[in-house]
Amino acid sequence: MSWVIFAVVFWLVMWALNVRLANSAPTRLKSILVPTLFGITLLVLWEGLVRGFNISPILLPPPSMIAARFATSLPTLWEDFLQTFIKGALTGYIIGCSAAFLMAIAVDRSDFLKRGLLPIGNFVAALPIIGMAPILVMWFGFDWQSKAAVVVIMVFFPMLVNTVAGLQAQDNIQRDLMNTYGASYWQSLTKLSLPAALPFIFNGLKICTTLALIGAIVAEFFGSPIRGMGFRISTEVGRLALDMVWAEITVAALAGSAFYGGMALIEKALTFWHPSQRT
Amino acid sequence: MTKAGAIWHRTAPVLCILILLLAVWYAAAIALNAAWAKDKAARADKQLTFSELVSDTMAQEKPLLPAPHQVAQEIYKTTVLKKITSKRSLIWHGWITLSATLLGFAFGTALGIMLAIGIVYSRAMDMSVMPWVITSQTIPILAVAPMIIVVLNAVGVSGLLPKAFISMYLSFFPVVVGMVKGLRAPDHMQLDQMRTWNASSSTSFWKLRLPSSMPYLFASLKIGIAASLVGAIVGELPTGAVAGLGARLLAGSYYGQTIQIWSALICAAVLAASLVALIGFVEKVTLKRMGMLQ
Repeated sequence: MSWVIFAVVFWLVMWALNVRLANSAPTRLKSILVPTLFGITLLVLWEGLVRGFNISPILLPPPSMIAARFATSLPTLWEDFLQTFIKGALTGYIIGCSAAFLMAIAVDRSDFLKRGLLPIGNFVAALPIIGMAPILVMWFGFDWQSKAAVVVIMVFFPMLVNTVAGLQAQDNIQRDLMNTYGASYWQSLTKLSLPAALPFIFNGLKICTTLALIGAIVAEFFGSPIRGMGFRISTEVGRLALDMVWAEITVAALAGSAFYGGMALIEKALTFWHPSQRT
Repeated sequence: MTKAGAIWHRTAPVLCILILLLAVWYAAAIALNAAWAKDKAARADKQLTFSELVSDTMAQEKPLLPAPHQVAQEIYKTTVLKKITSKRSLIWHGWITLSATLLGFAFGTALGIMLAIGIVYSRAMDMSVMPWVITSQTIPILAVAPMIIVVLNAVGVSGLLPKAFISMYLSFFPVVVGMVKGLRAPDHMQLDQMRTWNASSSTSFWKLRLPSSMPYLFASLKIGIAASLVGAIVGELPTGAVAGLGARLLAGSYYGQTIQIWSALICAAVLAASLVALIGFVEKVTLKRMGMLQ
């Protein structure tokens, strides 16, 4: 019981502290400190409640147990990470996003394709594409190639729709200026359209980071070699080793956040001129 | 341009691309299934003419890629010809998925709106919760689906709720983000006006903030319901392929029943499209009555 009381008191104290911090003058440090404190509070609350109510670790292991398991099974986790993230998700992400990018440039050039392909693209972007996974596993085999193929299909349409929207983002007056300079198609593409499209392109790239990871992991549920994050999750759930499952989830969360954060950093460096990046 | 001309101008390219896709599908079906057809013929010591080859690739039992008309036949067989209560009826499976989707979507929308109100009205919540809401989406929740299902089953919760939980997790995020934007959409002048009228904060919520957030809400709902459906389908995978569209996918992939996989897939696509269209319709009616749409 003391664990529960401790957790609740800790939560109240931290919340009061957060309210104080949030209502005082904002600084850069505080904007990082407040969410961090909130995250720590959640972990302490989790740990305290699980221990206090004696919840079986088969149902919900406490964070300390997950951390211990994480530390002891680093080689396995690394192997799964390589298989699923580097080979499956990243390969598919690069192929899918570049294909969608090139397609978007072609679509932007042709009015017919734009009117024909965009409604279909918007439609397909809302479909449960993940359902294609069993078919692609059947076609490309159990190894990472089929996972990459699932990722390619999942990221293609969101990326296409965003890039096409971006390529139309420049103003008429800017286009007229390029015409006045006598710029060729390629010149105005590289000097005007593409830079103006960058915020939209990065929006697509950021959405696709999560999709890529999900696609690669879920595709492994339909068959995979004996390594990979999705494989590990589905087999360890069967053995009720939930601490290992949570360790894999931690890896996935870290990889996903790092992937997203990395894209956001590149975006910040390349689109520093855009109003949304000014602070 | 006349009205009919305008519609034609918009639909003709789409139709062209669709016909092209169908043609590619048939061509791919012939190419992918040819190997098996030739194999079969070689074992029977027969030489296949080209037309025999094509007709064989169109009518295999477990083709690598079923031809569109095979899928259409299967869908017709499993929706119209089967009784709805039969376990082979796609409508029955679709209904199971749909009910989990709708339940999860309702939970997710409620949670999303409540979080958004909290975030808009409390600075502390904005600063501490919002970054974690965003982080929560970098966690591939679909990957965790099997665990959630198994764990909730162990506690005695089974059936719709575990699937609905996954749908909820996927659909609350777009709603939070959209509603936060929407509730903050009224500009300073409008908020000042409310203050001039001495409106309480609940009055300004009901009469200003909530109405002006509606377009944002509907945009988020469309994304949310599509995500919900994906959540429900993936949530059905680990239950051992009992019922639902996801179960049809898994069972099809176990037994190599490609036609069954494709028909479940198309059924899911039609379901997603009609749900999004339904919300689009409600959006149009609501915004029209609110005078926000000309």
